[in-house]
Amino acid sequence: MTAPIVTIEGVSKRFVKKVDLAGRIANVMGAGLSDQVVRAVDGVDLAIMPGEVVGLVGESGCGKSTLGRMVAGIMPPTEGRIRYRGEDVATMAAGRRKEADLAIQMIFQDPMASLNPRMRVEEIVGEAPVVHGLVSAAGRRDYVAETLTRVGLDPAVMGRFPHQFSGGQRARIGIARALAVKPKVLVCDEAVAALDVSIQAQVLNLFMDLRRDLDLTYLFVSHDLGVVEHIADRVAVMYLGRIVELAPAEAVFARPMHPYTQALLEEVPRLDARKRAFSALKGEIPSPLDPPEGCHFHPRCRLALSACRNGRPPLVTVGEGHTTACKVTPAMLSARVA
Amino acid sequence: MTAVLDISDLAVTFSTRDGLVKAVDGVTLSVARGEVLGLVGESGSGKSVTGLAVLGLIDAPGRIAAGSIRFQGRELVGLSEAELRKLRGRHVAMIFQDPMTTLNPVLRVDTQMIEAIQAHEKVSDKAARDRAAQALTKVGIPSPQERLNSYPHQFSGGMRQRVAIAIALLHGPAVLVADEPTTALDVTIQAQILAEVQQLCSEMGTALIWITHDLAVVAGLADRIAVMYAGRIVEEGPVDAVLDAPRHPYTAGLIGSVPSRNRRGERLAQIPGMTPSLARLPEGCSFGPRCPRVQADCRVAQPSPTEGAGGRRWRCVHPVVDEPVPA
Repeated sequence: MTAPIVTIEGVSKRFVKKVDLAGRIANVMGAGLSDQVVRAVDGVDLAIMPGEVVGLVGESGCGKSTLGRMVAGIMPPTEGRIRYRGEDVATMAAGRRKEADLAIQMIFQDPMASLNPRMRVEEIVGEAPVVHGLVSAAGRRDYVAETLTRVGLDPAVMGRFPHQFSGGQRARIGIARALAVKPKVLVCDEAVAALDVSIQAQVLNLFMDLRRDLDLTYLFVSHDLGVVEHIADRVAVMYLGRIVELAPAEAVFARPMHPYTQALLEEVPRLDARKRAFSALKGEIPSPLDPPEGCHFHPRCRLALSACRNGRPPLVTVGEGHTTACKVTPAMLSARVA
Repeated sequence: MTAVLDISDLAVTFSTRDGLVKAVDGVTLSVARGEVLGLVGESGSGKSVTGLAVLGLIDAPGRIAAGSIRFQGRELVGLSEAELRKLRGRHVAMIFQDPMTTLNPVLRVDTQMIEAIQAHEKVSDKAARDRAAQALTKVGIPSPQERLNSYPHQFSGGMRQRVAIAIALLHGPAVLVADEPTTALDVTIQAQILAEVQQLCSEMGTALIWITHDLAVVAGLADRIAVMYAGRIVEEGPVDAVLDAPRHPYTAGLIGSVPSRNRRGERLAQIPGMTPSLARLPEGCSFGPRCPRVQADCRVAQPSPTEGAGGRRWRCVHPVVDEPVPA
């Protein structure tokens, strides 16, 4: 069995808003204010195998982007470890750390916000490989031309600035910049969300070509279940900082086990579902400042039992590579089998 | 069915530095009472401008250059601002993508809703407030009396969009134009809003024009669909007919671009190239340069609409005939 390329072990990220000066003065008078803590990511375990595409789905505020950023090394986890090829990134020797950092690259949603508007494409794409000694300064032009060709851009455009491109082309520049340092893993954070459907299809096809040609591994963060279903081998569903279901893509979409996944899939508009009555999952996502006790989903869940209010539900195996953090559905499943 | 709204040969132009741009060029559309029309297109196709034109909201440098918009038989193009104000919000209403376009951030929700009611009807503050509370209840906002005292920033995104919808529906308009109202929302919230709108429109018989780039939403919601490309409607017809057997190659391309269960892992049928600039449209059919079926005669003139069976229309010289898209 092959070893995972990226291992996420018990990773949490907490953002703390400290009591400000006015609050501290109020506390002297006995106001009893305390720090506000958001558990953006709460004890997540995930192993990504070389060459696979893992889709990370969930709604706004579920912590999927934060998790993606921690994997890409942009943000350190508050707790837990992220390992690259088995080694903890946080405690690596400097040389190894640099290698790991270059090997995991990130592609952002809004290329206009992540490309420097004052730099020409040649500098944007060519800067990092020169700095890291992958290519000499003299060879930069040729190297950038080769990288641009790979993502389907004409090398003649390398003298232009980001604002001179359309949205789809800018997305390609963002991909070229990430590819320029010869990564092994790409973290794509809503990389196609801002694009028109026909352009989105072009970029998704590009991702699949690159995967085949360069043997890349993807962590594909998206709120769009249709896109994830199309591209991912395995899917992790997040709700309020926790992974509630993890399974091969076919299994998630054919036999979702967690009530949240089930609800999410029912709501997805599909081309083949005509003139349907939309139903509504009750309520909204609770504030991550004050998540419900026990299973975070229980106040909205149609299957919730009193046991769901106590203690975090553990991930249980319900099928081949299929785990879910629900106390109710696995029991229903085994009752049906028996 | 008689049409509540009848748009014919509508043209909207904007004068820009690059010359006169035809954002909408010869659009003909109609919606009947209680009907849901999905107006689909990509960025810059002119779908939003069409919606704004219905409300008389085209401002300089844009203007309605030609065509007519008839609401219950009455011509809207050329009406004075005062006359338009009497219609807007009462008989014809709009929901925008960003609810903060509708809501004033410095006024409480009750102030804004009471104002919207009293703009068209002489009622007391008390009665107007009660009606506002009822409207909030209808769109599924819990404890409406308390929520009326809140400011827009105290609502979540989904809740704000509901308030905007409640305001749009206050007077039970005959026509509602919804411009991508769920695009910025999460799927579960989107489904809640779609459910509310569906129910409200069927109860009140409102004709709904739902503008979106998302074919899947239209598939689930609309009775008829109109696909726009570069300012023109390239295909129109009942949802099932258009999605199952598109005639225009652009519609077929859009359907092929949607990632779905049945095409897992396969390449998506992408449309090459990108949307042309409206200031420099290609000769003949605007879709020609991106079209897989293009032939020499496509470059001669803009194709005129062909009428098909079952109320279908398309603008294509070489339509897709016997090739239904793979499901």
